[in-house]
Amino acid sequence: MKAIETFQLPSAAKVNYINAEYGLKSWLLTKDHKRIALLYLGSISFFFFLGGLYAMFIRLELLTPQGDLLSSATYNKVFTQHGIIMVFFFLIPSIPATLGNFLVPMMIGAKDLAFPRINLLSWYIYLLGGFITIYALLAGGVDTGWTFYAPYSTTFSNSYVIAAGLGIFVSGFSSILTGLNFIVTIHTMRAPGMTWFRLPLFIWAHYATSLVMVLGTPVIAITILLLAFERLAHVGIFDPAAGGDPVLFQHLFWFYSHPAVYIMVLPSMGVVSELIANFSRKNVFGYKFVAFSSLAIAVFGFLVWGHHLFVASQSVYAGMIFSFLSFAVAIPSAIKVFNWTATLYKGSISYDTPMLYALGFIGLFTIGGMTGLFLASLAVDVHVSDTYFIVAHFHYIMVGGALFGYLGGLHYWWPKISGRMYPEGWGRFSALVIFVGFNLTFMPQFIAGYLGMPRRYHAYPPEFQVFNVLSSAGASILGFGLLIPAIYLVWSMRYGKHAEANPWHLPGLEWRTASPPPTENFLVTPVVTWEAYEFAPPEEMQVVGKLKGEGLEVADVSEK
Amino acid sequence: MQTSWIPFIPESASTVSSKVDALYFYLSGVTLFFTLLISGTIIFFVIKYRRRSPFEIPQPIAGSHKLETMWSVIPFIIAMSMFAWGAQIYFENSRPPKNANEIYVVGKQWMWKIQHSTGQREINELHVPVGRKIKLIMTAEDTIHDFFIPAFRIKADVLPGKYTTQWFEATKAGTYHLFCAEYCGMNHSGMIGSVIVMQPSEFDNWLSGNAGQQSPAVAGQQLYQSLGCITCHGANGEGGRGPGLVGLFGRKVDLTNGQSLTADESYVRESIENPQAKIVMGFGPIMPTFQGQVTPEQLIQLMSFIKSLQVTGAPAATAPSPKSAPTPASAPTAAPNRQ
Amino acid sequence: MADSVAIKHEASHPALQHHFENLEQQREAASLGMWVFLVTEIMFFGGMFFAYTLYRTKYPAAFASASNHLSLPLGAINTAVLIFSSFTMAMAVYSAQTGKRRNQVVCLALTILLGVTFLGIKAVEYHDKYVDHLIPGRLIPGRPFSASDVHLLPGAAPQNVEMFYWIYFAMTGMHAVHMIIGVGLLSVILFFAARGKYGPEYHNPVEISGLYWHFVDIIWIFLFPLLYLLGRHLEHGG
Repeated sequence: MKAIETFQLPSAAKVNYINAEYGLKSWLLTKDHKRIALLYLGSISFFFFLGGLYAMFIRLELLTPQGDLLSSATYNKVFTQHGIIMVFFFLIPSIPATLGNFLVPMMIGAKDLAFPRINLLSWYIYLLGGFITIYALLAGGVDTGWTFYAPYSTTFSNSYVIAAGLGIFVSGFSSILTGLNFIVTIHTMRAPGMTWFRLPLFIWAHYATSLVMVLGTPVIAITILLLAFERLAHVGIFDPAAGGDPVLFQHLFWFYSHPAVYIMVLPSMGVVSELIANFSRKNVFGYKFVAFSSLAIAVFGFLVWGHHLFVASQSVYAGMIFSFLSFAVAIPSAIKVFNWTATLYKGSISYDTPMLYALGFIGLFTIGGMTGLFLASLAVDVHVSDTYFIVAHFHYIMVGGALFGYLGGLHYWWPKISGRMYPEGWGRFSALVIFVGFNLTFMPQFIAGYLGMPRRYHAYPPEFQVFNVLSSAGASILGFGLLIPAIYLVWSMRYGKHAEANPWHLPGLEWRTASPPPTENFLVTPVVTWEAYEFAPPEEMQVVGKLKGEGLEVADVSEK
Repeated sequence: MQTSWIPFIPESASTVSSKVDALYFYLSGVTLFFTLLISGTIIFFVIKYRRRSPFEIPQPIAGSHKLETMWSVIPFIIAMSMFAWGAQIYFENSRPPKNANEIYVVGKQWMWKIQHSTGQREINELHVPVGRKIKLIMTAEDTIHDFFIPAFRIKADVLPGKYTTQWFEATKAGTYHLFCAEYCGMNHSGMIGSVIVMQPSEFDNWLSGNAGQQSPAVAGQQLYQSLGCITCHGANGEGGRGPGLVGLFGRKVDLTNGQSLTADESYVRESIENPQAKIVMGFGPIMPTFQGQVTPEQLIQLMSFIKSLQVTGAPAATAPSPKSAPTPASAPTAAPNRQ
Repeated sequence: MADSVAIKHEASHPALQHHFENLEQQREAASLGMWVFLVTEIMFFGGMFFAYTLYRTKYPAAFASASNHLSLPLGAINTAVLIFSSFTMAMAVYSAQTGKRRNQVVCLALTILLGVTFLGIKAVEYHDKYVDHLIPGRLIPGRPFSASDVHLLPGAAPQNVEMFYWIYFAMTGMHAVHMIIGVGLLSVILFFAARGKYGPEYHNPVEISGLYWHFVDIIWIFLFPLLYLLGRHLEHGG
């Protein structure tokens, strides 16, 4: 093993994107992707806090089986609003709009995204959508569940469905614009020498995510729009009383909302690929397989929506086809998990906070993904769909997956973003607390689900109480754990140790410029002459011999 | 409510529940194996290959097509075994057996209205005998509900304007949960009830103790007359200007557009509400729509009546008919009064 | 250090934005951006086309009856207007590329005029529907939908005729919104074109507006037969 070289770095610029201009106006009218990323970071954190508040009420209510804290009507609003806020205003924009916005241009050696004005516009659209939704919450709330199923939402609900729907409709355009910007930027603005297969896997993941954003979001937009008009004008495309078909709504809704899960988790996978490679100082094992598995997930993700309708009067044959495809889409995810694990082999693994999140991600995502197979499996899905099993499963994907990737990425790039180090000890401690709290919250829900506890129940039979108490206890640990980084990250912006340009000693492009970077990212347009994750020259590349940890033997190799 | 020796498994009280559980164990086993394999390997690597000096650089390792192929193909094969197993149970259960007793279920905010083919009505309770196949024919009056019996491992959405079915055969006497599993508004979590499984003899007693209610077939026959169906379909469903209805259910029907289908609840409902959608070969598009004129429950009664119209000689309708309950007429003219 | 942030660009065309290396890259980005945007538009309309297909299959008679009540001549004239406008738009792009400023301005103005004509005719059609009580649901207060003016083919339920009109208004309405945006966009382009901003060297705004305009036309090319022509064959005893 040889020692790491420190890269020749431009001497730290005194003028960076943060201090280049001052004043509120310079932020609100900025076209700098890094500043827009920070604007997003602030607003997303606000919505995350709001969604978390609702989660707290849910867990408090479910401590006892009677439904004594909130009324049924209030409880229904609380879980609906938790879902709407978390899905549409936190998880979907989380990584792409903050880390993606900040890093996509930097990692490919561009000065900005292709359309800086559209980028800023997307933030304003997001805010507008957020305001409309908050109006709906303040005016009286919405109680349809985040899925807005017709005909309940069109005909029977007495809540602010139209306003909430409009908020989601509007914020959808912010997601479309972000995706469009990424696709064009990655296609046309890569620095000289940055070929497709030299791109960091974070970029591949964002490219795949953008495809889903661009192809899926318009469908939810028109669906929600039709729903709102249906409610407004009492005409029915979805209302059976008017000859419509409520199951059509479910098809259109899940055509977007299943791929939307990949909008949440693909960027997280991109982050984890970065973390695993960089914190073990190894090139990602099977780079091309990991890259193409992202695209495969994005494409196949559009073909599996019907597994949400196994018990919704779908035909038996459609059910079997969707079940088959849902099993098939699990394979690219499995490929990723195996490759990440193999990347660790013979690495130089550090235990920094981002790596703890990445390792936690792999474990939780494995559980989340494997329990997804229970739901793809027709006979078991019939029993567990619409129970707490589903709730546990998608929280393992969305929190254990998306949120862990987001927090890991945020810590990893925090020195680049803020120019300061976060406190490492606190970071490791909180990562551990969050991991424990998370598992305690959602593991019991799998059991309650298989025992038959339906989701969205305000009161429940007393035999499920023990699982709910465990879950609520876990949630309080989780909530406490999440407060710690919220505090120390803000604290570090002022009091943290100044970060070097390349505090982790990594080869990626974003580390070859100052922390925080100058407004145009690089002082001169970089020319890329190295592969992704090239810690050592490629001539030293070793061919896989024996993977003892897996007990697998392989004779020779072909790639490269 | 668990009696099984295996923890965290709900009571198993139907013929399919043990099959679903077996698959569930298989899935859980595979999940456990892979979770332990992955996390075990990770923990091993993370400890073994921890960073020993701050500036060390490990030797890079190229990928391996062989490994990639292996860890794509093996999971795929395992996934396909799960698919095949799950699909097989699902497929087997998707078709209710022909000799099943029919029970009608109507969901509305926030209660379950249940009617046995012999006329007995129940609310939020369903009494069924052990060892007999029961087919539920379900619809909703307002929004979407879902009829879920965890102990039987069955669940199906109950939709307005549509008929869905599911079936089961209870294996163990007892009282089990009945849940609405599709969010349906304010009192969704109150839309629960019990399924009471009884020994067949007790069940027959229960049935006769609750007799005297008009069976849906008889009510359907009255509707058939009052709505004027007899003018075209004949007093006994023998047909006329409209197609005959005797023995319709389960029969293959040829349509004017060249297609054909097997008559079931959804087809009959569509033909009543939207008659022109599918026109039987040899007949004109002359039937008016009855959309909005018949409630979901009345539709069920009409269907029940049509089902009772069997070809002479064939066994009458379904159901063990307790003596006291009015028999759904195999000769409908013999049904009580009000002609 | 601060001054080194501003790096000299090779080409210094005034239209080159700071974060692009050259005009070629900028043009490529803009046109790819528009293509991706059009893909999102296809998905957006796709949801409605799907609903249309589903219900047309389910309620063929009602859809045919309702379709027969639409004005075929007006629809056909509008189709011709839009096809011609696509031609003038293409000519505008060509004139910009070849630097013929006067032609460019004339063609853009013609395209806008044709777009407005289309919208005018559409407004006349909408008004006819209003007069015939064919605005679905309770969109117009005090004027609920009534299918009494529609000649119902056998088997057509008035309720499903309403469904057709709902889809008709949703689709053509959404299309009209896109037309209005297009006319607005072209007016801006016309303004700059008149001031000579676009020439052989820099013309991608004209080009991508053209892409958008053609796309909106193509949507109509699908809408016209689906909405106006679908019932014609049934009328003559099909």
